Amino acid sequence: MTIVEQTEAGSEAGAGGLAATAVVADPAAKKASGLAATIQHGRYIVAENPVTGLAFGLFVLIVLAALVGPYVVPYDPLASDTVAALKPPSLHHWFGTDQLGRDIFSRVVVATRLDFIIAVASVALVFLMGGLAGIAAGFFGGWTDRIVGRIADTIMAFPLFVLAMGIVAALGNTVQNIIIATAIVNFPLYARVARAEANVRREAGFVQAARLSGNGDVRLLLTQILPNIIPIMVVQMSLTMGYAILNAAGLSFIGLGVRPPSPEWGIMVAEGSTFMVSGEWWIAFFPGLALMIAVFCFNLLGDGLRDIVDPQRRT
Amino acid sequence: MINLVLKRLALAIPSLIGVVIITFLLTRALPGDPAAYFAGPAATAEAVQQVRVKLGLDKPLIVQFARYVVDLAHGNLGNSLTSGQPVVADIKSRLPASAELTLVGLILSVLIAVPLGILAATRPGSFVDHLCRIVTTAGVSLPVFFTGLILVYVFYYLLGWAPAPLGRLDIFFTPPPQITGFYLIDSLIAGKMDLFRAALAQLVLPALTLGIFSLAPIARMTRASMLAVLSSEFVRTARASGLTPFTVIVTYAFRNAMLPVVTTLGMVFSFLLGANVLVEKVFAWPGIGSYAVEALIASDFAPVQGFVLTMAVLYVAINLLIDILYGVIDPRMRVEA
Repeated sequence: MTIVEQTEAGSEAGAGGLAATAVVADPAAKKASGLAATIQHGRYIVAENPVTGLAFGLFVLIVLAALVGPYVVPYDPLASDTVAALKPPSLHHWFGTDQLGRDIFSRVVVATRLDFIIAVASVALVFLMGGLAGIAAGFFGGWTDRIVGRIADTIMAFPLFVLAMGIVAALGNTVQNIIIATAIVNFPLYARVARAEANVRREAGFVQAARLSGNGDVRLLLTQILPNIIPIMVVQMSLTMGYAILNAAGLSFIGLGVRPPSPEWGIMVAEGSTFMVSGEWWIAFFPGLALMIAVFCFNLLGDGLRDIVDPQRRT
Repeated sequence: MINLVLKRLALAIPSLIGVVIITFLLTRALPGDPAAYFAGPAATAEAVQQVRVKLGLDKPLIVQFARYVVDLAHGNLGNSLTSGQPVVADIKSRLPASAELTLVGLILSVLIAVPLGILAATRPGSFVDHLCRIVTTAGVSLPVFFTGLILVYVFYYLLGWAPAPLGRLDIFFTPPPQITGFYLIDSLIAGKMDLFRAALAQLVLPALTLGIFSLAPIARMTRASMLAVLSSEFVRTARASGLTPFTVIVTYAFRNAMLPVVTTLGMVFSFLLGANVLVEKVFAWPGIGSYAVEALIASDFAPVQGFVLTMAVLYVAINLLIDILYGVIDPRMRVEA
């Protein structure tokens, strides 16, 4: 909670300071007052919905674990110790040990990095592919629109997880291909959002003005349309990040992508699943819990971000 | 109405063509040489070449695609390397298990989610509303295989209420004579109550896992759509005319709020068919999902391809059904068509 409180206090001070400047030098500080309004709106949302603040705190924790996790964990996540195998949670092993005596707490923390990388990489990839294809479709219309639309429709004709399975099976069983598969199944979502947003702005006044000043289509796309769409796309990214982690963990749960013994939440749950029926619950429980919390955090954060960027779509 | 059905059928055709093309391309993207794979590790270069000619892999891609389509039209999906059976036969024998599980799971979740969504919408800000919000947010965050394992631990290991998570039927029972392929229905037809109870006991936990998983989107959509309808003028008029709250909510509001919910079912099915694979693995359920997983691990590609194709065709068919259902519920859609 301390992180959340600090952030809240910080944003409060920042908003107060900016608002004061805005009052003093009004015409010059148009931009600053816009920023102040955003921060104020963000503050209002955190106050109204403390859950978003909590989600932000969790997010910071996850990023920290991904960054420094491997250096601070008490045990080597790969070192087995058969004497201490299958021990329940204790003071020495907070989350217990698995069938090879590996410390589950260390493995769960270290796994954060791999899961986080998979999620971020796949979301970034689909942002590039889907975002650009969607913007082009919305801006140019005609054939570009039809081709992008057809590709999106074809992907949507598959149950998404099943298609991801097929793609990983066909491309080969590696982490890289899990990232590609997750990106491909999310493509229609991004392409559609970007297309709709680009389509609305195609004939907007500022775009017309830029066009009349002699800017080419590509330049218009990159300097006029793209910057205006980025906020919506960022919201989309944080909303799909949770799904990306779930998808990747699901694939590694059925034995695709990540190979043992590398620590990853999905595969750790899979390894622990056989021990669930004999009562050693901690092997699968803690990685599953970590997975759940991460997804929960990303979903809440996405909702919170959407409230800031697009207040009309609050549900 | 027939017009509408025909129109939707025509719309499904491009999707099906896309599905066939993608599944074909997936096979061709397979790393390594399928001919070398089929010929075995000890084969000479000559033998590999023979296999390649026999499989038609030396032909241009277009010819191979034509062959693939002709095979499909004959219902030939190739043979599974691990079971030695034709993939079509394997899938046919395993599909009822998956269908039974998915349908029971979906029914369970609709039975819980729709009333929950309605109650939440009629009492905004109340306890039920908060419960609905928690369920929908937590529901989308739960990894489906994790929920399944927790249920197994609590209801099998701790409480002992559920049987061991090992398939559709305890080994002491023999399956009922196959009529529909659904054990619940077949055992009732055969008139064996103990068999019905045993099959139901095995089914409860996996179906519950799938139900919890699909609860969130249905409840969320029901709530949102009920909220929108409840604030509309015809509901106000109905209320002002002194109709009972029950009549207003069920007969007036819910019928109109159903449309977006039915549309959401399409998306829910996409998730369910995927989640099915994971749930089948957790509960050793002998459906097509676990069949595909076994094949994936053995790098046996024909079953995986057959599985992806079957799922996609099923999904297109379900969406078609939902579109038609939409027309049945809402007469306006029929006029537009």
